[in-house]
Amino acid sequence: MGLVPVALLLTAGFTAVFAQENSQLDNLSLVYGAYFFAVCLATHVYLRIRLPNADPYLFPLVALLMAFGLVMVYRIDASLARDQANWFLLGLVLFALTIQLLRDYDVLERYRYTIAGAGLLLLLAPRLPGIGQQVNGAYLGMKIGPLAFQPAEFSKICLVVFLASYLREHREVLIVGARRVLGITLPPLKHFGPMLVVWGASMFMLVFIRDLGSSLMFFAAFLALLYVATGRFSFVAIGMVMFLLGAWFFANTVPHVHDRVEIWLNPYAHPQKSGYQILQSIFAQADGGLFGKGFAQGLITVPGTDDALLPAAQTDTIYSLIVNELGLFGACAVIVTYLLVAARGFKIALIADDGFSKLLATGLTAVFSIQAFVIIGGVTRVIPLTGVTLPFISYGGSSIVANFVLVALLLLISDRARRETGAAEAVGALALGGR
Amino acid sequence: MNRQIIKLFGLVVVLFAVLIGFTSYWSVFDAEALKEKDANKRPLLEQQQIKRGRILAADGTVIARSVPKGHGSALRYVRRYPVGSLFGHPIGYSFVQQGDSEFEQFHNDELVGEESEFSSILDELRGAKREGNDVVTNLDMAAQTTALEDLREAGHGAVVAIEPQSGRVLVLASNPPYDPNRVPYELSKLNTNEIETPLFDRATQGQYPPGSTFKVVTAAAGLESGTITPDTPIDAPGTLEVEGTPLENDFGISWPGATLDTALTNSVNTWFGQLGQRLGNDTLFEYMERFGFNSTPAIDLPADQVSKSGVFDEDEELLGAADPVDLARVAIGQERLAVTPLQMAEVAAAVANRGKLMKPQIWSRVVDPDGRVIKRLEPSQYSQPISAETAEELTTAMEGVVTEGTGTNAEIPGVPVAGKTGTAETPGNEACGGGEDENQAWFIGFAPADDPKIAIAATVECTEQFGNDVAAPIFRDVAETILNDE
Repeated sequence: MGLVPVALLLTAGFTAVFAQENSQLDNLSLVYGAYFFAVCLATHVYLRIRLPNADPYLFPLVALLMAFGLVMVYRIDASLARDQANWFLLGLVLFALTIQLLRDYDVLERYRYTIAGAGLLLLLAPRLPGIGQQVNGAYLGMKIGPLAFQPAEFSKICLVVFLASYLREHREVLIVGARRVLGITLPPLKHFGPMLVVWGASMFMLVFIRDLGSSLMFFAAFLALLYVATGRFSFVAIGMVMFLLGAWFFANTVPHVHDRVEIWLNPYAHPQKSGYQILQSIFAQADGGLFGKGFAQGLITVPGTDDALLPAAQTDTIYSLIVNELGLFGACAVIVTYLLVAARGFKIALIADDGFSKLLATGLTAVFSIQAFVIIGGVTRVIPLTGVTLPFISYGGSSIVANFVLVALLLLISDRARRETGAAEAVGALALGGR
Repeated sequence: MNRQIIKLFGLVVVLFAVLIGFTSYWSVFDAEALKEKDANKRPLLEQQQIKRGRILAADGTVIARSVPKGHGSALRYVRRYPVGSLFGHPIGYSFVQQGDSEFEQFHNDELVGEESEFSSILDELRGAKREGNDVVTNLDMAAQTTALEDLREAGHGAVVAIEPQSGRVLVLASNPPYDPNRVPYELSKLNTNEIETPLFDRATQGQYPPGSTFKVVTAAAGLESGTITPDTPIDAPGTLEVEGTPLENDFGISWPGATLDTALTNSVNTWFGQLGQRLGNDTLFEYMERFGFNSTPAIDLPADQVSKSGVFDEDEELLGAADPVDLARVAIGQERLAVTPLQMAEVAAAVANRGKLMKPQIWSRVVDPDGRVIKRLEPSQYSQPISAETAEELTTAMEGVVTEGTGTNAEIPGVPVAGKTGTAETPGNEACGGGEDENQAWFIGFAPADDPKIAIAATVECTEQFGNDVAAPIFRDVAETILNDE
């Protein structure tokens, strides 16, 4: 029954894709489109059989983002789009595998320390000699044989799983054991240890892998979970103060972090060098206006040369290209789609009836939303620009595969929640934007 | 926990709203300011993808056109100037890296086909490619060629020719010229050439002492204000003590009881010096302003590339009627007067057009890519500095200059010519290498005197000769070229 709006959404999405592609490409695009449609339909059918009670909107929304991302990447570079399509297929395979193997996702709780360990290890991997890679001054990637990937994308899931499980067990003690010192409610130190560990790890990453964006994302997700688990805003406030103190300290001592903040505050200081990317990102948006220049009409390189006019258009600044070509309205559509994904994610958290499921769904949704915020905020100068991907739209295999696993976990939680409450029918009839 | 989850979602909504807010700010509210930023090359790069319209001479000769380079998304247009240095001034250039100048800059909107938001959306829907309009000028190929050839013989300088009744600019020549096709390769070389300064448009930006050509303005003020009539005699001694320094006539000749005709024909300094003093600051400055002095000429060139004319102090600030000036020397074109050739051509044109000064315009019409004329120059009046009667009296005096006075080299067989010579001594002028005998030679005038078709100002820098020797022949050649053309 939930299939009706789904089919509508999918059809709408693909009609848009076809229309856009046809204006620029030949009939081949129709074939690509048909493949994409078939793969999505197959996945959807699999999902309906395997998880009949799962949220019916989540996958179509993701497919919409994915289709949009493929078209954007195709428009930038056809060969990149081929890679992207392969990553998409691999992502779907892992998506299906997750659903197949983790039907009973409670097992995750049992291995939480192993998972946390793996997550931290993944973060450090880019610094290990032999497999580590440095990109733009940050150690984000690693390479094993021909396979290069960005482990931070996977470790964010590991971290959320760990935190959800840890907080499910300790939230009572954290609340009950809290004491008031000087009018501020402090959590009990003994149970608060993990928070310090995560905070430390987050700051450590700032320095060690030089990744401001991921550490912001991790820490924000952690605070979100802490807040939801304990209901104590003071905990969040303390965490925030600690993060800001740490960030301020590192901004003043670590050159890489300092530079990022400096560029953010003062991009016109070196418009041709350090400030180039953010300025070009904003100039591209200024050129877009309300309706944009039209699909594939924007400039990415200086015509007749290979000089980048919009550096990293397929990854970091893809949002700026969207504003440039599809205008403020197109960009709003993208943001609203992310908001709808977030809405479905939090909805799943609301109806889940055990603590772990609730926290896990919250954490996964939070980390996904914050990732979108960090990169869009970066290219619009809300916060310093850091290299995280725009989920499902940016070019990049790790991001796609990891986010498909994330969505698979959300769907697993939602299937169980709705099965147990038996409210699937009623909820399915609710509006899309329902919380 | 549900309450917290809902609050958390609320926070996400707020954060995303902030993103939409910032995106709106950059893409809509601050967009215009961002497009103006120096670091932003996008507007130029995008214009480069539009086929910029051509610029044509009055006879249809192509002065500037755009040729395609590259294919597909790399397609762009590059500017070519088929006649090379002939119209480097006043057309200027337009290139992505080097920017644009002069006529190309002023008429940019027409040349790139700037349209309203609405019609450009319509074009987009139709799939029409944006294309610029052609701009046809009044510039005269033959006359411009003559002017530049003569200047090449005479030295650095400029020639401006205007049709008096319409303000159409037929010639704007500045020597040395430059070839706009070379700009992409040697802009910095052209820019740093401080001796030749080829990028400097002497016709519209050069500020020179006008010498005796300014006596036309003084005479106009005298007649129009009623201070004198053509028959008013003024005793003009060979030497006149003014502000402690003697003002001398050529060869120290004295002209007792001379009237305007005699004084102008023989360019009598002490006569005009006394007239200037009789006029007083207010009247002389009023008439200067009526002729366009102290204002940026209303020509279709970027305002920052056209100089004002007037009396300037040491800081190059314009002086007005309230400022202390040596009026007798202003009246004969000395003091700290500095004028552009364009301004002096406007003075001649106003006298020629029965006292009416038209706005000088280089462009004539704008033609869209389908060949339709979408805009046509409607000649408009800038001011009326003097009456038709005064203009007639002045013309008579100016004819004497050419027939029997200081400007006989301007004579054209069979055509009555009205004009005035000027020779401003510029000793120690650094631009001339600091020599002691250098003059700024001038001739302004119009022809035929009884039915003016063309008004011209010609000037030569750093010459040891007089206005009649170097400037008057240029006037004659250019005027002949134009008159023979008709």
